Amino acid sequence: MYDFDFANPATLDEAVAALGRGDAQALAGGQTYLPALRQRLAAPDTIVSLKRVEGLSDIEATVDTLRIGAMATHARIARETADRFPALSRLAGNIGDMAVRSRGTLGGSLANNDPSACYPAMALATGATIHTNARDIAAEDFFRGMFETALDDGEIITAVTVPVAQAAHYEKFVQRASRFALVGVFAARYPDGARVAVTGASSGGVFRWTEAEERLSDRFEASALDGLTIAPDDMIEDLHATKPYRAHLVSVMTRRAVEHA
Amino acid sequence: MPEISMRVNGTDRTVRVENRTLLVHALRDGLRLTGTHVGCDTSQCGACTIHVDGAPVKACSMLAVEADGAEVETIEGQAMSDGSLNTIQQAFQDHHGLQCGFCTPGMVMATAALLRENPKPGDAEIRHALKGNICRCTGYQGIVNAILAASGQPVPAAMDSEPAPVAAE
Ligand SMILES: Cc1cc2nc3c(=O)[nH]c(=O)nc-3n(C[C@H](O)[C@H](O)[C@H](O)COP(=O)(O)OP(=O)(O)OC[C@H]3O[C@@H](n4cnc5c(N)ncnc54)[C@H](O)[C@@H]3O)c2cc1C
Ligand code: FES
Ligand code: FES
Repeated sequence: MYDFDFANPATLDEAVAALGRGDAQALAGGQTYLPALRQRLAAPDTIVSLKRVEGLSDIEATVDTLRIGAMATHARIARETADRFPALSRLAGNIGDMAVRSRGTLGGSLANNDPSACYPAMALATGATIHTNARDIAAEDFFRGMFETALDDGEIITAVTVPVAQAAHYEKFVQRASRFALVGVFAARYPDGARVAVTGASSGGVFRWTEAEERLSDRFEASALDGLTIAPDDMIEDLHATKPYRAHLVSVMTRRAVEHA
Repeated sequence: MPEISMRVNGTDRTVRVENRTLLVHALRDGLRLTGTHVGCDTSQCGACTIHVDGAPVKACSMLAVEADGAEVETIEGQAMSDGSLNTIQQAFQDHHGLQCGFCTPGMVMATAALLRENPKPGDAEIRHALKGNICRCTGYQGIVNAILAASGQPVPAAMDSEPAPVAAE
C-alpha cells in the first residue's frame, strides 16, 4: 500500500472541502477500500475519514420510513432496525461476518455498488432515497452498473431514507468464499404493489425484475411466480456459477423471498 | 510520522506509525504484540481479530491512525493476571479447539466478543458468529465444543460410538 495524507474532519463541510483537494478518497468502514488499497488497486493522495463527521450515523424512524445515516454500521443497523424493519435487520446481520459488520457501513456499501452486495437490492426494492451533501437521489437513478453510481467525485452520501414495507424478505444464496451474494433477491410488498430487486446476478449490476413485480402485485404469493423464468443472457458468468445457473437461482431466490416475507 | 495513543489491554501505549500502517502492524511491529496474526491479504481469515472499543474488528482492515484514542484488546490481554489461561482459552485446550494454533488468537477474540453479546449461544449461533474466522486444522467441531464449554453448556459426546451405517446404494 502506498502512503497518503490522512484527513480526519469533524464536520461535513470540512470533509467535502478535503475531498475537493487533489486526488482524495473517502474512507468509511474500510472493509472494501482497505483491501483495495492493500492490493494497490487504488493509490489516492489523501484519505478522508468520515468516522468523526458528526450526524452521519443516526437512525431515525418516522411513521412509514427509516432514515439511516451513511456511517451506520451493519451491526448497528442489524440491532436497531429489528423491530421496525426485520427484513433490513436480517440483511444487515448476514453481511460478511461479525468483524466486517462492526466496521462496514451502509453508505460505503451503496457508494461502492459491488454487483454482489446486499444493500443495493434493498435500496432498489424499497424505493429508497439516497441523500448526499449536494442532493437527493432516487435509488432508481443511483445505481449505474457494476461499481458505478450517480455520485460525482467528492460527493458524500449522508443518509438513506427507506420506506418500510408491509412485508419483505431478502433471500441470499451465499457465495461461501467471499460471503457476498452469489444471487440475492429482496422482495417487498407496498400498498401500491410489489417490488423485487436482484443482486449478484446481472452483469449490469443490481436490477428490478419487473415481470415478477407485475405478478406479485396481483397476488403476493410464491405460486404467482409459477412458470416465470428470467433469460440467462445478461447474467454474470464466473468460476462460481454459469449464466443459466444464476438465472435459475434468481427464480428460486425470488420464490423463497416471497415465501418468507 | 504521526504518533497514536491507544489503551491496549488496559495500559496506555503510544506508537509511531505511517498513515498507511495497518493496525495489525502497529500492534505486531510497533508494540511487539505478535499474538495477533496475519493470515491473509483479503480481510477474510479472521486471524487478526481483536476488539476495538469493545467490538470485534479485523486489525488488518483498519488503519492504525483510526485507532488513535481507542480502547484495544488483543489476545495478550486474555490470560488471567497470574498468567493462567482464562475460561475460553482453557476450554479451547480441553476440547481440541486448536491444532496448529494459527487461527486461535482470532478465534478466542471472536469468542470473547460473541459471549459478551450472547452468554449462552447455541450451536447455530456459534457457527454464525465464527463465519469470519477460518481454521485449516480442526474442522471446527472442537472449536464449537470449546465455546459451548466456555459458556457453561453441555458439550455433545465425542464420536466414540459406532460409525453411522453406510446408506445402501
Ligand atoms: C470478508 C468480507 C465479507 C463481506 N461480505 C459482504 C456481504 O455479504 N454483503 C455485502 O453487501 N457486502 C459484503 N462485504 C463488503 C462490506 O459490506 C463493506 O463494508 C462495504 O461494501 C463497504 O462499506 P465500508 O463502510 O467498509 O466502505 P469503505 O470500504 O470505507 O469504502 C468503500 C467505497 O465507498 C466510498 N465511500 C464510503 N463511504 C462513502 C460515503 N458516505 N459517501 C460517498 N462515498 C463513500 C469510499 O470512498 C470507497 O470508494 C464484505 C466485506 C468483507 C471484507
Ligand atoms: S489477516 Fe486475514 S482477515 Fe485479517
Ligand atoms: S488450529 Fe490450525 S488453523 Fe486453526
